Amino acid sequence: MKLFPIRGGIHPDYRKELASEKAIVSLPMPALLYIPLQQHIGAPAEVLVSEGQTVKKGQMIARGTGAVSAPQHASTSGRIKAVTQIPAPHPSGLAQTTIVIEPDGKDEWAELPEPIADPFTADAHTINERVAISGIVGMGGAAFPSAIKLNLGTQKKLDTLLLNGAECEPYLTCDDRVMREHADEVIDGARIMAHALGVPRVVIAIEDNKPQAIEAMTLAAKPFAQIEVVGVPVQYPMGSERHLVQAITGRETPAKKLTADIGVVVHNVATARAVHHAVRHGRPLLSRVVTVSGAAVRETNNIEAPIGARVSDLIAYCGGFVVEPASLVNGGPMMGQPLPGLDVPVIKGMSGILALTAAEINAQPASACIRCGTCVTICPCGLVPVEMAAFIRKDNFEVAARLGVMDCVSCGSCSWVCPSHIPLVHYFNYAKGMINAQERERRKNDQTRVLAEAHTQRVEAAAEAKRAALAAKKAQATAATATEEKASA
Amino acid sequence: MLLAVGSLTVMGVALGGLLGAAARFLAVEENPLEEELKAMLPGSQCGQCGYVGCGQAAAALARGEAPVTLCPPGGRATAEALAKKLGVTADLSEHEEKGPEYAVIVEDLCIGCTRCIKECSVDAIMGANKLMHSVIVDVCHGCAKCVKVCPTDAIEMRPIPVTLSNWHWAKPEAGHTVH
Amino acid sequence: MSLSSINQSGPFTHAASSVQKTMFMVLLALIPATAYDLYLFGWPAILLFTVTVGSCVMVEAGCLILVDQPTKAAFDGSAILTGWLLAMSLPPWAPWWIGVLGAVFAIALAKHTFGGIGQNMFNPAMVARVALLVSFPVIMTAWTMPHPLFSASAPGLAEAFNITFGAGMPDSVSAASALGYVKTELSRGIPVTQSMAHVPDLMDMALGTRAGSLGETSAILILAGGLFLMARRIISWHTPLAVMGSLFLMGTLFHAVDPARYTDGMFHLMSGATFLGAFFIATDYVTSPVSKRGQLVFGAGCGILTWTIRTYAGYPEGMAFAILLMNSLTPIIDQYTRPRAFGRTQKGEPLPLGEKAK
Repeated sequence: MKLFPIRGGIHPDYRKELASEKAIVSLPMPALLYIPLQQHIGAPAEVLVSEGQTVKKGQMIARGTGAVSAPQHASTSGRIKAVTQIPAPHPSGLAQTTIVIEPDGKDEWAELPEPIADPFTADAHTINERVAISGIVGMGGAAFPSAIKLNLGTQKKLDTLLLNGAECEPYLTCDDRVMREHADEVIDGARIMAHALGVPRVVIAIEDNKPQAIEAMTLAAKPFAQIEVVGVPVQYPMGSERHLVQAITGRETPAKKLTADIGVVVHNVATARAVHHAVRHGRPLLSRVVTVSGAAVRETNNIEAPIGARVSDLIAYCGGFVVEPASLVNGGPMMGQPLPGLDVPVIKGMSGILALTAAEINAQPASACIRCGTCVTICPCGLVPVEMAAFIRKDNFEVAARLGVMDCVSCGSCSWVCPSHIPLVHYFNYAKGMINAQERERRKNDQTRVLAEAHTQRVEAAAEAKRAALAAKKAQATAATATEEKASA
Repeated sequence: MLLAVGSLTVMGVALGGLLGAAARFLAVEENPLEEELKAMLPGSQCGQCGYVGCGQAAAALARGEAPVTLCPPGGRATAEALAKKLGVTADLSEHEEKGPEYAVIVEDLCIGCTRCIKECSVDAIMGANKLMHSVIVDVCHGCAKCVKVCPTDAIEMRPIPVTLSNWHWAKPEAGHTVH
Repeated sequence: MSLSSINQSGPFTHAASSVQKTMFMVLLALIPATAYDLYLFGWPAILLFTVTVGSCVMVEAGCLILVDQPTKAAFDGSAILTGWLLAMSLPPWAPWWIGVLGAVFAIALAKHTFGGIGQNMFNPAMVARVALLVSFPVIMTAWTMPHPLFSASAPGLAEAFNITFGAGMPDSVSAASALGYVKTELSRGIPVTQSMAHVPDLMDMALGTRAGSLGETSAILILAGGLFLMARRIISWHTPLAVMGSLFLMGTLFHAVDPARYTDGMFHLMSGATFLGAFFIATDYVTSPVSKRGQLVFGAGCGILTWTIRTYAGYPEGMAFAILLMNSLTPIIDQYTRPRAFGRTQKGEPLPLGEKAK
């Protein structure tokens, strides 16, 4: 298959060998599970259970609200210990509403929705509905509710389902292991998704540094002519949705548009596996494979952990730390987020837990920019990081936006190469946050203006009505007196 | 002599006439800037800027008498828009320190007098006579007019809390040699 | 558990790159050519080189103290590099104070008044060279033929001290550079076709056995250093190719039109500071554009201006002037040569949704 080049990119030290040969193991059920209401992009789920209630495995304990949302399910059977606020696996460390389950050890299944016997005769709506109530979100890290993306076939003209098995982030091997060990499930999930989307063609893209995964997937895909497994060059950020679409199809997604607008929907391989479970077995998304790696952890692993297990449970399973980690990362080292601590739970979008030593991070104090231009050369989005950062440093977000800071995908390549160790991506994250906050403020001001005008009009109308009523009364009174006078006259 | 006086007079008359004509034919209508500025302000007439209402504030801005940061409820977005419109550079640090706020009615103290409801220019307060009032957080724009009219001091202003949905990364620490 | 990086967003890994490493890589690339040139021009050149580099580091340290920054930065390699390049652009037997004054021009005036490393508009070494050339035209054009170390004609250490720190260069050794010679002859009405017969042949020029500054000689070793930097991805091919390509093109083109008036392209390439300028000066990060397209524009500008100055202006060599002129255009080149953003047109508009799924 002919591939297309993507712009820029880097070749970081991948260190996948730390965990790539570790088969997926199941985490023993922890003493407590912490299931946050918001594990996805969109509105948080709404609690359906109360303290003290017993729940079964797979039972929905919080339902999706609004257009973009996803429900949460009990990862095992047990008792609801509390519905409380605990820190989220989010760099802010802010608390969010979380359902705490005390497992009873029986792991008893709730009554699950009927498996869809032949998904290829079922209509798209049935499959989407099943994916939606199964709480499936994008498992590559973005955690966007998958049902919404599967519904795009009704709105856009699609031709390809692109299954993202690139796993371009260093250290991470969870997708690699899933593809090696559960290739059949992934392929089946992909076929179901393709059917729901109504696309004739499935391409599964895997970076060339995972030959076993490519082999396993090729073998599993053999019976299906519509599926093509493609090895793509090892080039970070190949796994970025838009870039992968470009590499495979040569089509460039226009700014502010979706890949679906050019006919391609991208899903992660682990998501496809979750769809397989939901459709074929009626099982909601209750667990995920997490890569635990980094030089600071005693034993690296690919762990199938129940959603809600705490990071500390996984680290303990891996034998704790060899040395105090300098950083604890949720996800890969390039685009992952720092974890605020060990007590936060595993969520649906958590692909890795990295305990990194200072030597691995190689953080240095930033020095002045020498304008070497490497950031410009390697930016996969064709931006000029050095220039944007200079304006953001002066809090000039308007120019930064004009230079394209909102087009930045925060892949981290520029920060990675910068010889001056300038935290470029941090500047861009800051700018994006500020620009979004200002946008919210602007919308609020607009709303305020409208409401204030409505208020003024109402008050004036009321005053006018009052005046009119008064005048009418007066007129009536005058008229009455006049008649009286006439009568008396 | 006569020639000098004559020529100067002619020149004076001609130029004066020209000026007069220019003033008449090239006259600018009422300064449109004021209207534009007014449209940029929240329009809730809260008076926090020290002027009676947004119209007066806009007039002051147009005359260059008021700083672009005059509107606390408008926040940084408004200040920046005003600065751009007026072509001035503004020190927005004040807006940085004091984030947006919203009003909260302390239930124990509210006597249900409805004064705040009448005062609120965006109809953000719900309630009825003798009943506890409450503020619709999403609508309240933090003008604090209600605080002033409350007879029992039952309303307080609180900063809008940071949540997972509005949190964002802070500016990188300038621990390095920034130029 | 204390996590140091919680208030720092990713990435949590970094290339093993640093400013210092980059600078020292450039220095490494300069070593062969420099060593050979120092050998060619003997002790006086070694003394001047030492004085120039040393004073650059000292001036840098002094400036850093003035702005209250750690003096450790004086040894990050950038000041050494500036001094090194400046030394390579001076007449090898120039007196010591030329090097010291050059250091003050380069570091204090051209670099630190703009805010230090990364902030200067103009290449410090070239500012210093030009300032010296304009202020002391006689000394700055007093070239000498190579007198290799330990050769019969080479001055001994004591004699060298006298040249660098004392009486100066004896008149007897002075020689003209090839570019200077051709220019002088041309001004006397002798056509290029004749004067070219007396300049060293291209091979000698490539090897460096001719009169000139340190960096103007031994083009081959400079080229080797440049290729090394390209292999290490410190510089890219864009700037050097654009500089030399445009210079060669201009030379060849005009030579074809009038061989008596214009020297040929090959002569332009091999003479003067073409190689040093193309590989080491025009590629200076701070003062050249950041995008590859910008670097092509910048390089072409340098080449064309160099040719123009060499051909029409009063000075025989124009590389330094050309680079400084183009330095001043760098911000504007940067503005007009931004890469096309992903999903957008060159103008920054989102791509049209035209050729959809085929």
